[in-house]
Amino acid sequence: MDWEAILSNTASWLISPETIAYALAALGLAVHFGYGGLLNFGMAGFMALGAYGYAISILTFGLPWWAGILVGCLASVVFAFILGIPTLRLRADYLAIVTIAAAEIVRLLFTTQVFDAVTNSADGLGNYHEGFRAANPFPEGTYGFGPWTYNANGWWVRIFGIGLLIIAALLVWLLMRSPWGRVLKGIREDEDAVRALGKNVFAYKMQALIIGGIFGALGGVVFALPSAVVPSVYVTSLTFFIWTILLLGGAATVFGPILGAVIFWVIMGFLSNVLPAMASSGLLPFMSTTQAATLRFIFVGLALMLIVIFRPQGILGNKKELTFVKQ
Amino acid sequence: MSSNSSSQSPVKTTGLHIGDAAPGVAKVDPIIIADNVTRTFGGLKAVDVEHVEIPRGAITALIGPNGAGKTTLFNLLTGFDKPDTGTWTFDGTRLNGIPAFRVARMGQVRTFQLTKALGLLTVLENMKLGAQKQTGENVFSSLLKPLWRKQEVEIEERAMEILARFKLDTKKDDFAASLSGGQRKLLEMARALMSSPKLVMLDEPMAGVNPALTQSLLDHILNLKTEGMSVLFVEHDMHMVRHIADWVIVMAEGRIVAEGDPETVMQDAAVIDAYLGSHQDVDLGVVTGRISGEKTAEVEDLLAEIDAEVGLTDSSAYIADTPTDDTAKEEDTK
Ligand SMILES: Nc1ncnc2c1ncn2[C@@H]1O[C@H](COP(=O)(O)OP(=O)(O)OP(=O)(O)O)[C@@H](O)[C@H]1O
Ligand SMILES: [Mg+2]
Repeated sequence: MDWEAILSNTASWLISPETIAYALAALGLAVHFGYGGLLNFGMAGFMALGAYGYAISILTFGLPWWAGILVGCLASVVFAFILGIPTLRLRADYLAIVTIAAAEIVRLLFTTQVFDAVTNSADGLGNYHEGFRAANPFPEGTYGFGPWTYNANGWWVRIFGIGLLIIAALLVWLLMRSPWGRVLKGIREDEDAVRALGKNVFAYKMQALIIGGIFGALGGVVFALPSAVVPSVYVTSLTFFIWTILLLGGAATVFGPILGAVIFWVIMGFLSNVLPAMASSGLLPFMSTTQAATLRFIFVGLALMLIVIFRPQGILGNKKELTFVKQ
Repeated sequence: MSSNSSSQSPVKTTGLHIGDAAPGVAKVDPIIIADNVTRTFGGLKAVDVEHVEIPRGAITALIGPNGAGKTTLFNLLTGFDKPDTGTWTFDGTRLNGIPAFRVARMGQVRTFQLTKALGLLTVLENMKLGAQKQTGENVFSSLLKPLWRKQEVEIEERAMEILARFKLDTKKDDFAASLSGGQRKLLEMARALMSSPKLVMLDEPMAGVNPALTQSLLDHILNLKTEGMSVLFVEHDMHMVRHIADWVIVMAEGRIVAEGDPETVMQDAAVIDAYLGSHQDVDLGVVTGRISGEKTAEVEDLLAEIDAEVGLTDSSAYIADTPTDDTAKEEDTK
């Protein structure tokens, strides 16, 4: 096995656009679930709206790239309202059911033949990069060091994504140290108690759903920036990867989702390199290289189970919180 | 607050009503006036109140057997539940259909029978949450700390002041979940006071609180009156009702069956019938084990009757089998 190639490939995942995109979405989910207690199982839907909103704005409506990002965010705000208005007054579990179904509806709407002219249905969208790349402030050429050597476009996508991530993390930090964050955390603990203290619980939950949803949409945009919009990406398993990341890093933390995304992708990157290599060198009998590559998803499922059982507060979560079992 | 206020008998507010004390009697200065409030669950009429007025500036006790509809009435009056029929006003404002958070903002705050401390918030954060009109609670201004820093400091000072009164100041940085059941009751009450309410509604504030703490809770409640607030509280322990209430309203099967000052209400035939059985002479504090007292023959008698009653399928439950009374029962066995 070529260990150098494997490790180099693995290291490159540290700042890959996928990592940044997942970190953004996980940060959104931290606002939803970690701080607000909202069981959003439709993050894939928010991400799809961000990605498609961006691509369609450029391809169909000829908008500039930055306006495309705004459209993606706006779409996620509308989606948050559609999900939130009927469900946020109900018990938490209803939001879970509605979001998981709504995200699937969103994906199917983008996949169906009916809107083929705009969405290109199952084939997805591409070739919308011109505007974004024209705005690239970095000089032509390929630079960097070691595994992190990219061309100008590669750097532009990564730096732009990291910029968005820093802004999002800063926003979450500012919100959660404020009285607004205190109300939201109170709602997570017991919304009736917060209501009895004169707070408009519905409005807070709606605001949290919107803020987290926008982060999800931005994650979708960053995911789409370097390559293409492929509808089969935005399936329910994407939502569960984001959940894995959130629980891994620590749900009610600012840096947990980011750390979780990095660990998740580095491990995924490592396994997707090492497992096929092991299969082809005969270390994994009865398995083809493709079969070996999909083995990593089994590991993700296992990891999710182990986290929830042995470290439910995540890597960065407050251990003290764990002392108290919630009702 | 002074700890020796408990040893003396608290000053009772009198002259609250107009005319004879009967169910639905008019009050001189009512803070809540409710008419025809009904609420049914399936076939069960949980609340069926024709007319009731809660006096201002006094401590009113709402008593009645388990399932009488006391909590349901609380929920209706505070907007946590919607009635089938009925209208009511708080401080002259009609409250029907007003959501719970607005009711609270108007100055009518409540606590819950099953304590709702916000476990993974610290005691101090719990308190701060109770303060009203916070600039930093707006999603946009929350981002700019200079906009709310000053107010936050003021709120914290006030919170510490109230916490000190409730002897919780040393716990300010602990998670509320780490408090004992009785301390949580105190915290919930202290938190409600952060909003400077006009009317405080306490649903069984003493349930599960040990006798020593009960005394300080009673003092706190009496203090609210001194500070000009009105209090409406639900309580099963007649000893306490007699001790602090200026007015008592008795509910049974959803209706108000009697009203009056504590001394006379306990003599009322309807109350004795609905609530006390034929043992009105027995201090129920002794029966439930909250008050250490001599177990007279009558107490033993009543306990035996309760046991027999619980064994039967009879729905008219007794005071002693309130679920929240578990701790009181434990006291008994010690
Ligand atoms: N959400 C509900 N659904 C169905 N029935 C209910 C509901 N809430 C209350 N009830 C019923 O309404 C009646 C009154 O209940 P409520 O909780 O108001 O009694 P309570 O007077 O507070 O009793 P306790 O002293 O035990 O607290 C009970 O018979 C109860 O079973
Ligand atoms: Mg009750």
